[in-house]
Amino acid sequence: MIQVKNLKKSFGINEVLKDINVTVKPQEVVVVIGPSGSGKSTFLRCINMLETITGGHVYVEGIDITDKKTDINKVRTEVGMVFQQFNLFPHKKVIENIMLAPMKVRKVSAEVARAKGLELLRKVGLVDKAEAFPDSLSGGQKQRVAIARALAMEPNIMLFDEPTSALDPEMVGEVLEVMKQLAKEGMTMVVVTHEMGFAKEVGDRVLFMDGGLIVEENIPKELFDNPKEERTKAFLSKVL
Amino acid sequence: MDFRWDIIAEYAPFFLKGTLLTIGLSVASILIGTVLGLFIGLGKMMRNKLYALPFKWYINFFRGTPLMVQILLVHFAVVPSFLGTTNAIFAAIVALSLNSAAYVAEIFRAGIQSIDRGQMEAARSLGMTHGQAMRNVILPQAFKRMIPPLGNEFIVLIKDSSLAALIAAPELMYWGRAMQGQYMRPWEPYLTAAVIYLVLTLSLSFLLNRLERRLATE
Ligand SMILES: Nc1ncnc2c1ncn2[C@@H]1O[C@H](COP(=O)(O)OP(=O)(O)OP(=O)(O)O)[C@@H](O)[C@H]1O
Ligand SMILES: [Mg+2]
Repeated sequence: MIQVKNLKKSFGINEVLKDINVTVKPQEVVVVIGPSGSGKSTFLRCINMLETITGGHVYVEGIDITDKKTDINKVRTEVGMVFQQFNLFPHKKVIENIMLAPMKVRKVSAEVARAKGLELLRKVGLVDKAEAFPDSLSGGQKQRVAIARALAMEPNIMLFDEPTSALDPEMVGEVLEVMKQLAKEGMTMVVVTHEMGFAKEVGDRVLFMDGGLIVEENIPKELFDNPKEERTKAFLSKVL
Repeated sequence: MDFRWDIIAEYAPFFLKGTLLTIGLSVASILIGTVLGLFIGLGKMMRNKLYALPFKWYINFFRGTPLMVQILLVHFAVVPSFLGTTNAIFAAIVALSLNSAAYVAEIFRAGIQSIDRGQMEAARSLGMTHGQAMRNVILPQAFKRMIPPLGNEFIVLIKDSSLAALIAAPELMYWGRAMQGQYMRPWEPYLTAAVIYLVLTLSLSFLLNRLERRLATE
């Protein structure tokens, strides 16, 4: 469960998020779309405090993460994040990438972490790559490892920032497939993506952002087939 | 030109002693300089500009003034004012360590900052603290990138240790100058010293290359 109230974020004098209000219910899949520079990534990064918030509040599982007393490291273990550029640790093997955080943060033993890591690799179809280094993987495989790594902390919420934008077209499907599976299992997800097919099929709700505001939100079918705002219509006519 | 091998042979024991001291000075200064340099590099990277300022000026001072001046200052002013007396070998190690620490600090900072920002973000998003992310994700990658510039700095330090001859620390160059003074011949002493320095620096590059290759295949 995520509640965002009057969220504002500025970089210097550049106000990137102007007044964002959203609630993401448990097990909901929310898809965020919008033109480049509209603040989608910044919005996502505010949810786990990768950006310091300038104004308003963000509650994750009821905890106000803008409160100075909140242990942000603890909150982050509940919120997995997948990046456009994968950000795998290149000096560690695939399995070590996955084992690292459970061992360091949750103090899980190496055996337990490895068993859990192999189980997650099986789930994303990469168990045979456990001992490989990230450099030897394709983009699609890297992103699936990155998803497994985030899942290893057993988060309640997963954030995806354009997880397929850096991939060759033939690899997009394998990553979306893993994400669909996660959605089916009931994971709460916020997904920034340009994959409108995925939004229609998996999304419970779509937010259209422009200029630091949520301009329109609706169930996918309504938003895509029947947009109300001019800006939404203009954007959709370009991407669909 | 007649080249007098006999006087080189006569001075061989002194060159050997000098070479050992050069190695000793260099190794001690590299070790102390590296540890101190890591600390100063971290200091300069502190978010609080005021806390970072002294470290920044440490680096400015030691990179911005000649090593020769630093050696003279340490030997004739700094060490005596702390110990009441001075010692050339001790002063040389202090000056070389302080000087190389400034360069190591910059190498260290550049190494850390060359690691993609996404690495820290990925580690933090998994719930790791800043320290955990540094130790497990950033530093192991940064160290690999720091090896070539650090190696370079170590080679510079071996050569710069010859300035310790100025304060009569009996290292390699000191004996070269002594021999020149005794026989009034320029070629034999200085060429001998040059060849020995070359052997030292080439050996170090060889070792560093091997280390680099070993780490690259890991
Ligand atoms: N660290 C930063 N410092 C300064 N400005 C930033 C920073 N990060 C983002 N911005 C600015 O904030 C605005 C929104 O950026 P953001 O990355 O959130 O957009 P986006 O919707 O994700 O775009 P894209 O589709 O290109 O990823 C942009 O104008 C960008 O230049
Ligand atoms: Mg973005």
